[in-house]
Amino acid sequence: MAPISRGFHGRRSETTEAERVPPGQYVTRDFPVLSAGPTPHNPIESWSFEIRGEIDEPRSWTWEQFIALPSERITVDIHCVTKWSKLDTSWTGVSFDTLLDGVDTSAEYVLAFCDGGYTTNLPLEDISDGKAWVAYEFQGEPLDPEHGGPARLLVPHLYFWKSAKWVRGIELRQDDLPGFWENYGYHNYGDPWKEQRYAGD
Amino acid sequence: MIELDGNAIAGDLLEVFGVDLTEATTVCAACGTSSFMAEAVVYMGGPGRVARCRSCGDVHIVLVTIRGITCVDMRGIARLQMTGMA
Amino acid sequence: MERTAVRRRLNWQLARVVEVVAETSRTKSIALDATDWPGHLAGQHVDVRLTAEDGYQAQRSYSIASAPGDEHLVLTVERLDDGEVSPYLTEELRPGDDLELRGPIGGYFVWRESLGGPILLVGGGSGVVPLRAMLRHHRAIASEVPARLVYSARTRDDLLYRGELGGYETTITLTRERPEHWDGRTGRVDHGLLAETAWPPGERPLVYVCGPTGFVEAVAEALVALGHDANRIRTERFGPT
Repeated sequence: MAPISRGFHGRRSETTEAERVPPGQYVTRDFPVLSAGPTPHNPIESWSFEIRGEIDEPRSWTWEQFIALPSERITVDIHCVTKWSKLDTSWTGVSFDTLLDGVDTSAEYVLAFCDGGYTTNLPLEDISDGKAWVAYEFQGEPLDPEHGGPARLLVPHLYFWKSAKWVRGIELRQDDLPGFWENYGYHNYGDPWKEQRYAGD
Repeated sequence: MIELDGNAIAGDLLEVFGVDLTEATTVCAACGTSSFMAEAVVYMGGPGRVARCRSCGDVHIVLVTIRGITCVDMRGIARLQMTGMA
Repeated sequence: MERTAVRRRLNWQLARVVEVVAETSRTKSIALDATDWPGHLAGQHVDVRLTAEDGYQAQRSYSIASAPGDEHLVLTVERLDDGEVSPYLTEELRPGDDLELRGPIGGYFVWRESLGGPILLVGGGSGVVPLRAMLRHHRAIASEVPARLVYSARTRDDLLYRGELGGYETTITLTRERPEHWDGRTGRVDHGLLAETAWPPGERPLVYVCGPTGFVEAVAEALVALGHDANRIRTERFGPT
């Protein structure tokens, strides 16, 4: 291991709730802004969320339509692969159970696509049954563009790179297609409790 | 979002290639623009660092450090040429 | 004799802290002895890595404030209130401690005499650090290359290296203060200020611009608008530490 820097602790909080912190993670009170590209600034009038691919009738919502959908306020812990975890973050968003309601599909996988070109992949079952949302508010306020606003994916049970910022839709697929970071060596699934950070973990 | 430049990844590239690449001329595979590697727009993404063409925004370099080893993907650069001012 | 410091395998090494000196209320200069130091060029930087007892690491880049011929390797660090590394370097680190670093890094943002001039150095906040290394080097080699510095700081108390910079054609501007009895400028480094203080474009100066991203981009844009050759403008953007 590298030599210890005497007296260095970093910007981390103590937590007594160790059972909420996956292996190798540190709790932070910050909310670091980390991106692979510039923050998109597109007019909300041209925003849409689409579900396409292995679906008989692709679905699409404008912003007005989207925020009129039934939404939920949820409080979850989030875990970034860069080792910071943030506990009790609160979000408002539309559950994928709502978005996929009534959808009949043979797809087993999902590829999320975003403004700016970012993608990430997940098994369809990992966005079903109350496990994932498209979130547009954080702590009761409109989601900041730096943090993915107007809307981002929220999939708290996986590492946070799967909670794609600036999401514009999902493609339902029969085959799995690795997304941006998955292509560069990150784990295809990304379960923080099994410390699945990198391909092969 | 803090946007830095190629100077921010110079250390990692020096470690991987054994040579300073900040003054290397890169030709963007997407738009053909030539510039110094130091002038790329660099995003310190969580899982990795992404250097993009200052002209068209396409990805030039992606650096990830996996299990302590830094890996560099430079598919976004069509040509890399070592230059020096004098 | 200058060594080409850019062509060697780069490894992390330990440097011993020799002295920590306050430059301003928020900034310290850290003098280091690195036994395996190959020498550096003015404008280069180092990467610093801190490791906590539980293995947690943080890494940041800092420009070298010392000239190639100076006795110690010096880094000047400004403490950011919500920074992760700078509070440690400016408040905890003490003489006798070891600091893990790698370098020197970067051949692009470097001035050496063979590059000629005239040179225009434009620094915002901590961006003045590598420019100071260039000027110290310029003085140490008794260079006759004409040099000008434009340095922007928030307040008079934030100014670094006051005594040293006086010997140059220097324009200092404060952006958050208008002190009484101040013979420098106030306001941002903008088109107007550069039009007055930069070399005329016809002189084809070598320009080095360093500081926060917003500062660097505004200055580079203004210089190009004034007619300076973009190919002779070198930039280095700093992030939070």
